[in-house]
Amino acid sequence: MNTVPLLAVKDLSVSFNTPDGVVHAVDDVSFELFAGKTLGIVGESGSGKSVTASSLMRLNNSVTSTTTGSVELDGRDLLSVDEATMRSIRGQDIAMVFQDPLSALNPYYTVGDQIAEAYVIHHPTESKKDVRIRVLDMLKKVGIPNPEKRIDEYPHQFSGGMRQRIVIAIALINSPRILIADEPTTALDVTVQAQILDLMLDLQRETNMAIILITHDLGVIAEVADSTLVMYGGRIVERAAVNEIFSTPTHPYSWGLLGAVGSLDTSTRGHLSTIPGTPPSLISLPSGCSFHPRCRYAKETGSRCTTEVPQLHVVAGTSSSSACHMADAQLVALAQHGENQ
Amino acid sequence: MLLFITRRLLFALALLLAVSFFTYMLFAMLPSDPAALTCGKNCKPEIIAANRVRLGYDKPLLEQYWLFLKGFFVGRDYGVGAAAFSCPAPSLGYSFSQHECVSTLIARTFPVTFYLSLGAFVLWMTLGIGLGSLAALKKGKWQDRAATTFSAVGVSLPTFYIGLLVLFSFCIWLRILPFPSYESPFEDPVSFLTTMILPWSTLAVLSAAGYTRLTRNGMLEAMNEDFVRLGIAKGLRRRTIIRKYVLRSALVPIVTIAGLDFAALLGGAIITESVFSLPGMGRMSIRAVVESDLPVLVGTTMVAAVFIVLANVVVDILYGVLDPRVRQR
Amino acid sequence: MTSAALEARDVVKYFPTGSSGILGRPTHEVKAVDGVSFSIAHGETLGVVGESGCGKSTLARVATRLIDATSGDVLMDGESISHLSGKDLRIARRKLQMIFQDPYASLNPRHSVGQIISAPLSVQRITPPQGVKTRVQELMELVGLNPEHYNRYPHEFSGGQRQRIGIARALVLEPTVLVADEPVSALDVSIQAQILNLLETLQAELGLTYMFIAHDLSVVRHIADNVAVMYLGKFVEVGPAHAVYSTARHPYTTALLSAVPVADPSRRGRTDRIRLEGDVPSPINPPSGCRFRTRCWKATDLCASTEPVLQDMGNGHFAACHHPMETPVTLGNSVS
Ligand SMILES: Nc1ncnc2c1ncn2[C@@H]1O[C@H](COP(=O)(O)OP(=O)(O)OP(=O)(O)O)[C@@H](O)[C@H]1O
Ligand SMILES: Nc1ncnc2c1ncn2[C@@H]1O[C@H](COP(=O)(O)OP(=O)(O)O)[C@@H](O)[C@H]1O
Ligand code: SF4
Ligand code: SF4
Ligand SMILES: [Mg+2]
Ligand SMILES: [Mg+2]
Repeated sequence: MNTVPLLAVKDLSVSFNTPDGVVHAVDDVSFELFAGKTLGIVGESGSGKSVTASSLMRLNNSVTSTTTGSVELDGRDLLSVDEATMRSIRGQDIAMVFQDPLSALNPYYTVGDQIAEAYVIHHPTESKKDVRIRVLDMLKKVGIPNPEKRIDEYPHQFSGGMRQRIVIAIALINSPRILIADEPTTALDVTVQAQILDLMLDLQRETNMAIILITHDLGVIAEVADSTLVMYGGRIVERAAVNEIFSTPTHPYSWGLLGAVGSLDTSTRGHLSTIPGTPPSLISLPSGCSFHPRCRYAKETGSRCTTEVPQLHVVAGTSSSSACHMADAQLVALAQHGENQ
Repeated sequence: MLLFITRRLLFALALLLAVSFFTYMLFAMLPSDPAALTCGKNCKPEIIAANRVRLGYDKPLLEQYWLFLKGFFVGRDYGVGAAAFSCPAPSLGYSFSQHECVSTLIARTFPVTFYLSLGAFVLWMTLGIGLGSLAALKKGKWQDRAATTFSAVGVSLPTFYIGLLVLFSFCIWLRILPFPSYESPFEDPVSFLTTMILPWSTLAVLSAAGYTRLTRNGMLEAMNEDFVRLGIAKGLRRRTIIRKYVLRSALVPIVTIAGLDFAALLGGAIITESVFSLPGMGRMSIRAVVESDLPVLVGTTMVAAVFIVLANVVVDILYGVLDPRVRQR
Repeated sequence: MTSAALEARDVVKYFPTGSSGILGRPTHEVKAVDGVSFSIAHGETLGVVGESGCGKSTLARVATRLIDATSGDVLMDGESISHLSGKDLRIARRKLQMIFQDPYASLNPRHSVGQIISAPLSVQRITPPQGVKTRVQELMELVGLNPEHYNRYPHEFSGGQRQRIGIARALVLEPTVLVADEPVSALDVSIQAQILNLLETLQAELGLTYMFIAHDLSVVRHIADNVAVMYLGKFVEVGPAHAVYSTARHPYTTALLSAVPVADPSRRGRTDRIRLEGDVPSPINPPSGCRFRTRCWKATDLCASTEPVLQDMGNGHFAACHHPMETPVTLGNSVS
């Protein structure tokens, strides 16, 4: 296995100044990304997934937000390179796919123009004809039928699934090494979601790119990710290989998440297990472990839960990391027997 | 698209017909006798009666309207014998108080209004969009605050007082400009310009206020659009993004409002024309109101209505040109 | 036999769209719902599943008479409500309430929670015996809201809590039938489960009848007694939930089941997966014959010429297909 990461994120923190106070959207997030692999980031809305993704590309508003930490690509820290360098990296080395295909395309230009634009900016000397051929090629690759005709149509003439294919074509036209997909299928129907996920995996096999796939759907993680980060309240609470997260999850929040989803699959009717309460406000995160108001193990684990932020550490006896104060042995025991029956 | 335009035009025509009918009826129902206004204070009843027949005010209302409408297409003759006179098509009636065909009057006053509107329009669009873009690009900085203050103040200022204030300061107090006296630009361009510069600027500055706000908000909204973020993620330059992504989408709603505003001005900038003594349609309508000169009022109202209705059609078509989503249908 | 709590007979709803000619008369019709029948027994739940645009919300709005059907009949307790108007309709509506998808858009931000929940009471000019405020607070308690938050405004609540407000509002008139249009689609996973549990508890306690709409088979599975799968304005498969899930007979249902991502990495790369090509066609010009034929891998000439009707496959399980799936196929997230 490749041991040199393509992208290394260390201690990434992002906060926003808002009229209501400072939002700590991302807090001390670290992870590594390897070529040809898919990293899934899962969490509920507002847990900081999108902000994490967009800060890798420096897309956050620099006036209202503060970003610290480092994002290393090829030995360079993307958070400190100048704007021109960053521009050459965007779209070329790292590309992005957004959640809502209906609003991600510029309604005033043809899809062909928009795909071409992404290519031309990094290949200014290419002739118009060659660019068009390349765009047509890309349209075929992402599965747009009848590309010669459709290349000159406008976004509104495409269905949601088709538009997401166009957005993917824009992202992949420069064969980037990293693709960040922020909930690429959340707005789509299940049958179309399956098509889009298949497409992304096919293209990954072809180009060996690394994918960061953000989702709130553990099913999607199970289908496509190699490893997973579970985010809660702007922090990573668990980091694990995809098989581990489903077989031996090592964080109480992961248990809750899996329980809430898992029981949707049972064929019997009955009460679903739930996580009580609601996700926290990032303006005033609960002290200590931000999950403690919703955690049923907080009491027995003791006062540390409410006073001390648990650090992400490897749980003895597993290959996963968890940010929980509970003893490792207890975590493993609960993971295997107690919780996730 | 062609079908769409045809349909819109036909609809516009029908609308104008309806407007002309209601305008005519509305003014006809005013409690003043148009025939009585045809001669001075000590007028003989016989003359009034004769004029009433001559102008057709003796006929039933509906027939009057019909004659008015017919006159527009074929011209109209008034009276018989030596006292007869005629207004050629397109006739909008005859003004007794000015002793001229209304169409002649409008033909004379309209260019003034047109020059005034066009100049002001160009100025205010440039100013409004320029300031608005500046404010949006420098959001939160002093440029933004200045532009926002300008637009907040500008929209609440009354044209009449500002016009008088400007006139007083530049022409009477500072004496930088001569007192306005309108000349056609083809005869005396210099005095045309020195006369027009104040009304242009006054109108432009006051109207630009709204456009500054519109542009600023439109651009800020566009900047939050996903497609703008995708543009940045492609690696595009800021300049390209502002032009192709942000301004483009902010301009679409502005076109609509600008078209209608311009058309409304063409119907007569009543206050500005009066303050700066410009012999345009607006001032003429005011005079017509004072003198109860019904034919002129009906005529200018019709012209204003034509512009509003036409502007609506043009804006609809422009919308289709600017926005492919509308073009489709 | 007692009559069904809610029944639809051959309900059709077309929306006129487009325009041409000098007068701009509508030229097309969106066939949003095109001949749907169902019946829900008292205390039971019918789940309606289908992809975006297939007509689920339209069906729900017709069933609650928020809009009028183009043709067909809706009956409550065996009595038609299709032709009621005025006072009769208002009284019928008391028994038939709706919960909406978007908990953000469906609550008026300028009204307090108390005002929102009690609004149906004032519309119907009803004063509950215990007084409006007490009644509302009882309901807030029932749906898991703090009754002391009576005077708060919607923006002070999370998505899940807002959906609870919507549920309380639907319950204030003591309806017997609740039509829920994707009540959990906009919510977080952990909150979805809370709301589903709440709906089930309420059903047990109050003996409610549900029509429950979702775009996702996995949500419905948990709550429905019977499931209907909808495609382009028609039911293509209806039956007891366990039968539809374990032995889907319509190719579209199988594909839908197969497309749901399964939270089990060991099933990854399984070969029995069905991947549909393309998108749902436009409901303005649905394909001839079977509407699913443009995406169906089993389609034949017969499918293009003759429209299949719902046929009994045994035990109240119906499917509309000329070539139904043969053997009981176990697919997707079925019991393993
Ligand atoms: N008022 C309307 N006028 C015209 N067409 C309409 C109207 N309401 C719905 N439609 C169309 O009818 C069809 C069915 O719409 P409906 O909202 O019922 O779908 P749905 O199944 O609820 O979809 P979703 O999952 O996206 O909520 C769609 O093609 C829609 O565009
Ligand atoms: N531009 C912004 N200004 C202020 N707060 C923001 C901004 N973008 C995101 N946030 C906040 O940061 C938090 C994390 O957001 P996000 O990463 O979008 O969550 P998600 O996990 O749903 O993708 C949220 O509380 C959100 O409101
Ligand atoms: S640290 Fe405490 S509160 Fe947080 S998850 Fe672990 S046991 Fe629960
Ligand atoms: S009728 Fe034909 S096209 Fe329709 S689902 Fe059955 S096999 Fe497929
Ligand atoms: Mg997000
Ligand atoms: Mg719907």
